[in-house]
Amino acid sequence: MTSDSYRDAPSLADGAPDDSAHLLAGMLRIRRFEDAVAGLFARNLVRGSTHLCQGQEAVTVGVADALRPGDTMVCTYRGHGATIAQGVPLDACFGEILGRAHGLVGGRGGSMHFTDVERGALGSNGIVGAHLPVAVGAALASSYRDDGGVHVAYFGDGSTNIGTFHEALNLAAVWKLPVVFVLENNQYGEYSAIATTTPITRLAERATSYGMPGWFVDGNDVVTMRAVAAEAADRARAGLGPTLVEADTYRHSGHSRSDPAKYRPAEEVASWLARDPITQLQDAMLRSDPGAQATIDRVTAEVSTEVDSALDRALAWPEPDPAERFRDVYA
Amino acid sequence: MSSATQTVNYRNAIGRSLAEAMRRDPSVIFFGEDVALAGGAFKATPGLLDEFGPKRVRDTPISEQAIVGTALGAAIRGLRPVAEVMFADFAAVCFDQIVNQVAKYRYMSGGQVTVPLVIRMSNGAGTGFGAQHSQPAENWFLNVPGLKIVTPGTVEDLYGLMLSAVADDDPVLFFEHKGLFALKGEIPISGGDPVPLGSAAVVRSGPDATVVANQQMRQVALAAADELSARGTEITVIDPRTLVPFDDATVLRSLEETSRLVVVQEAPPSGSWGASLVSRVATTHLELLDAPPALVAADETPVPYAAQMEAAWLPSVDDVVAAVETAVRY
Repeated sequence: MTSDSYRDAPSLADGAPDDSAHLLAGMLRIRRFEDAVAGLFARNLVRGSTHLCQGQEAVTVGVADALRPGDTMVCTYRGHGATIAQGVPLDACFGEILGRAHGLVGGRGGSMHFTDVERGALGSNGIVGAHLPVAVGAALASSYRDDGGVHVAYFGDGSTNIGTFHEALNLAAVWKLPVVFVLENNQYGEYSAIATTTPITRLAERATSYGMPGWFVDGNDVVTMRAVAAEAADRARAGLGPTLVEADTYRHSGHSRSDPAKYRPAEEVASWLARDPITQLQDAMLRSDPGAQATIDRVTAEVSTEVDSALDRALAWPEPDPAERFRDVYA
Repeated sequence: MSSATQTVNYRNAIGRSLAEAMRRDPSVIFFGEDVALAGGAFKATPGLLDEFGPKRVRDTPISEQAIVGTALGAAIRGLRPVAEVMFADFAAVCFDQIVNQVAKYRYMSGGQVTVPLVIRMSNGAGTGFGAQHSQPAENWFLNVPGLKIVTPGTVEDLYGLMLSAVADDDPVLFFEHKGLFALKGEIPISGGDPVPLGSAAVVRSGPDATVVANQQMRQVALAAADELSARGTEITVIDPRTLVPFDDATVLRSLEETSRLVVVQEAPPSGSWGASLVSRVATTHLELLDAPPALVAADETPVPYAAQMEAAWLPSVDDVVAAVETAVRY
């Protein structure tokens, strides 16, 4: 497994799937949400920082579509997409970023701390790699109860150089726990190209050290992502243990709002923009059915309305009572 | 529940209390390095694997971050994990998992999850383990809201506090003092009552001064009380038993009688529970005091190895006697 070519898997090259409109809506919902968050920052309505995921939508939409009720995921501070892909309401997400009373966690979290347990979103995390053991623990609980649950940890390429990555993969493998490790390789750990910080190019190879499969796949192909996630989830549910899936992808913007990403060559950015996961799905839809443009237009309009109205609702919500800060420190 | 008791030492009480907690609740699982097959590096948990089986009692790799993070993940999904970190010093290896993950997870979820886990750690100086296996580490966590901190000083307290810690819905750091492993006491043969968290014990009563001390320093304070008594000074000794929550009320009630406070702790003064207690009393109840409050503490150095150096590092009976006499004479 030293090849730089993608693992053979179903893909958009096979034609657009029947539920393309559903997948398109899923990705557009995240794209429009992130675009709107960028706009809120520009209007100075958001505190601290935020980490946007435009360009990486196929990973989380594909994976989420392969999960079942009772499955969960944990993700990074670049986690709006993963959370929204679980079906978490957009107004609550906007509300949290805006620091409103009805935000997802009541304004106590912010952009980096989205949790919606009911929808299997067990938390986004502000510390690189720290959430991987949490997914292992969720999987331990499923294994102990034999409830068939599968637990996803999303993380970036930068996470593969921090200790928790290695500890979590090792423990999940030695206990054969139902975890799917989804490595979103967006080519940069914060501002640094992965090649400058990591001596191997195929991060999926690290799975070999932990006796689990490591698959390198096109993370900008939502059909591929859904298929490989389903396969990894099936392995996990069958008691075969964890899988590491390296999804090759790219973030369109910088690391955070303070990063204009000037370190990236223009031709590199252009080549990845040409492989935009949403455009790729739309192109496949049009190849399969020249009449699909009407569907694309309808979905685009519906999602825009959905996102706009969610933002309007959240902007109308009150700010939290400062006394709320004392809640939930302890049970 | 049986009222019959047996005499065990502090070390054995760890495994006995854990076994009782596991019998009471099938959602309790236990894991750590060498805890199952080997029965623990300190032989504190022998027999648990046999009684509860490999699904509930597990050996882990030497991976403190994964141990604590996995306990967290299992806790938010409804289990009650007890994780062992062999030496409390190793909490530094998984500091992020404890302070940024375990402590904050409920808060960051807006109360959607509870984190009912216990992290057991062997703690403290006096046993010749050197600087990286001896630090009383409980103070590292005082400044991290979201954690509870338990420091049992007797066999009976260890047993009852363990039952409370495991049943608690918040994360509990449970510090077992390795200098007390041979200490004897009585525990129920089966069953038994929990000792509530946040409840100090008045170990000895006397009108002349209030000495607050826990774990190994409780023994030092009691020895000092005997010596002081022989000289005509009678002190109250209070063991807080848990540092978070801390039972200020019991200390303040005692100060109403004694008007003199001496805190004894096995750690340097800076950023410690003893310094915090002195500060709280002085800033909010100065009117109770007839003498400056005293903090008898270890030196501001790493814990040294050689027996004479380590003994000198620890607060001594003489130190406590001197501090009390100074306060009484003031």
